Amino acid sequence: MFRFIVRRLLQVIPTLFGLSILLFIWLHRLPGGPETAILGERGTPEMRAAIRRNLGLDEPILVQYGRFMKRLIQFDLGTSTSTKREVTTEFLQRFPGTVELTVMAMLIAIGLGIPLGYLAARRRGTIVDHASVAGSLIGICIPVFFLAYVLKAVFAENLGWLPSAGRQDPTIGATRITNFFVLDGLMTREWDAAADALIHLILPGLALASIPLAVIVRITRASVLEVLGEDFVRTAEAKGLTESVVRRRHVLRNAMLPVATSIGLLTGQLLSGAVLTETVFAFSGIGAFLADAISQRDYPVLQGFILIIALVYVLVNLVVDVSYTLIDPRVRVR
Amino acid sequence: MALLDVEDLSVTFARRGQRTVRAVDGVSFSVDAGEVVGLVGESGCGKSVTSLAIMGLLPRQKGVHIGGKASFDGTDLLQLDARSMRDVRGRDVAMIFQDPLSSLNPVVPLGIQVTEVLQRHRGMKGEAAAKEAAALLDRVGIPDPRRRLKEFPHQLSGGMRQRALIAMAVACRPRLLIADEPTTALDVTIQAQILELLKELVRESGTALVMITHDLGVVAGMCDTINVLYAGRVIETARRRPLFAEPHHPYTVGLLGSVPRLDAGRGERLTPIPGSVRDVLPWPDGCAFAPRCHRRVDACVGEPPELVLTHTGHSYRCVNPVTGPVAPARAQEEQA
Repeated sequence: MFRFIVRRLLQVIPTLFGLSILLFIWLHRLPGGPETAILGERGTPEMRAAIRRNLGLDEPILVQYGRFMKRLIQFDLGTSTSTKREVTTEFLQRFPGTVELTVMAMLIAIGLGIPLGYLAARRRGTIVDHASVAGSLIGICIPVFFLAYVLKAVFAENLGWLPSAGRQDPTIGATRITNFFVLDGLMTREWDAAADALIHLILPGLALASIPLAVIVRITRASVLEVLGEDFVRTAEAKGLTESVVRRRHVLRNAMLPVATSIGLLTGQLLSGAVLTETVFAFSGIGAFLADAISQRDYPVLQGFILIIALVYVLVNLVVDVSYTLIDPRVRVR
Repeated sequence: MALLDVEDLSVTFARRGQRTVRAVDGVSFSVDAGEVVGLVGESGCGKSVTSLAIMGLLPRQKGVHIGGKASFDGTDLLQLDARSMRDVRGRDVAMIFQDPLSSLNPVVPLGIQVTEVLQRHRGMKGEAAAKEAAALLDRVGIPDPRRRLKEFPHQLSGGMRQRALIAMAVACRPRLLIADEPTTALDVTIQAQILELLKELVRESGTALVMITHDLGVVAGMCDTINVLYAGRVIETARRRPLFAEPHHPYTVGLLGSVPRLDAGRGERLTPIPGSVRDVLPWPDGCAFAPRCHRRVDACVGEPPELVLTHTGHSYRCVNPVTGPVAPARAQEEQA
């Protein structure tokens, strides 16, 4: 198992190397450049050339790539061309918010999705089943940003139950350690800060959970239906086991493999940023920042962020692969 | 009074837009304490559905209709609610299934699959349950049971898996054990071992056994009483010897004639029953076997044949029964 994990981690290196080359080529082939973003339409050719020279963009692409790689090995991702701050700093400041939001959304999606999917399968053909299948279809169809606006309008603006924007009430003056606001609150025992950060996660978390929730309900339902038809479930019933033992030990455990796969993919997707949701709730994650970076042609930010997100994606999927072996003993890691 | 008394059991499956299927159509048989009873018939004759109905394992949903009675020790199992039935299953009545690999949960260690029954019905936990589980595996002939308890089903051979399933079924010393084609998925040599094990367990514990099979060789070797099913109804019931020596229903005769035999003369051919189990007449319209029967007479069609009871306790449903001993059957009985 340990060797499997180490080998998978080593495999990350060539993956990221290949990705960095593709990224470099694609980004530099985008029409326009940072000089256009900075100067707009007004700049003279001389001013443009000066900016390009300043940023080192006038050199051959291979030289630029070499310089990028040399810094990367020293864990230096360069400086943002738009905010003039270090990419690593920007990332460490924004990514924790996205992680918290992702965790919240996935907890909601898993916590509701698996029971609902199970119930739909168990009560196949009944109103419960039809309602959850229809509901999940709606969940997939509604654009997330629209749902975000509705949630915000109803629960934040009309009812006033939950905050409508931000990650935390700034007047609390919470101490920052990791930039994971909930975690910071717990670590410093500033319980009100942790609770406030948590409350700020609810609405954007709900909005973001809609698609993963719908996907998990459907996959769980299909998977449970398949397992319910298996002989070993009949054996379990023939033993007179209680319904909860049959459900947990015999049905759900076997039905979890496809669900685990989808949870891994969905988590990776959420981690790469939810631009619109973050925008609606003025939530400082990486989503909105990345969107800005694209329009600003902020190459260092784009390169750095995308590489790190790819790394996170690989790690999440590694966790999923390891979880397979815990779920199903027949899956042997090699 | 018999331990299990199945009376006029019927199971129908109705699906919207489709013809209602009568899988079991008035099955009656009984099992005495400690007795080994065979339910024999071709695929699709309703033998498995009969057993699932008795166990309460048919889906409780719209479209599945179960009629008749299945009295177990005076209680009609068909009338029990789901919760009470869970108390009976695995404790008083247990079941073994056909395919031992798919009948075991692939992701749960064998030990837990054995101890969960002990915990559920005998309240055993921890070390006590583990000890009893090991003793059970040992009893069904699984070597090194302590180690096996930690293993998963895919690490066991086919025969071992079926032994493990038998161990789970007898864990609470049930009074009735239903074995649904327990040897069909196994090699011939393993089949013999498993049958031997079942015989031994039944003899030692006094558990009554219902053997469901299509294999007359299996019933010849172990059953006291044999019920032959056709199209969801019992068409002949007899003790083992009279059934093999003097079968009365043409279908039973046909079944016996289609068993391959080592002592048959060279060049002698098997005599299959013509047609298939799909060519049935609905029971109310006459004998369901009539379309395939070579002894068909006019009286076969019109109304269902009455159950005829002979003085030896042999009973059959046929208006034109075969009488006198049937030559190829005798050796079969001797072999048994």
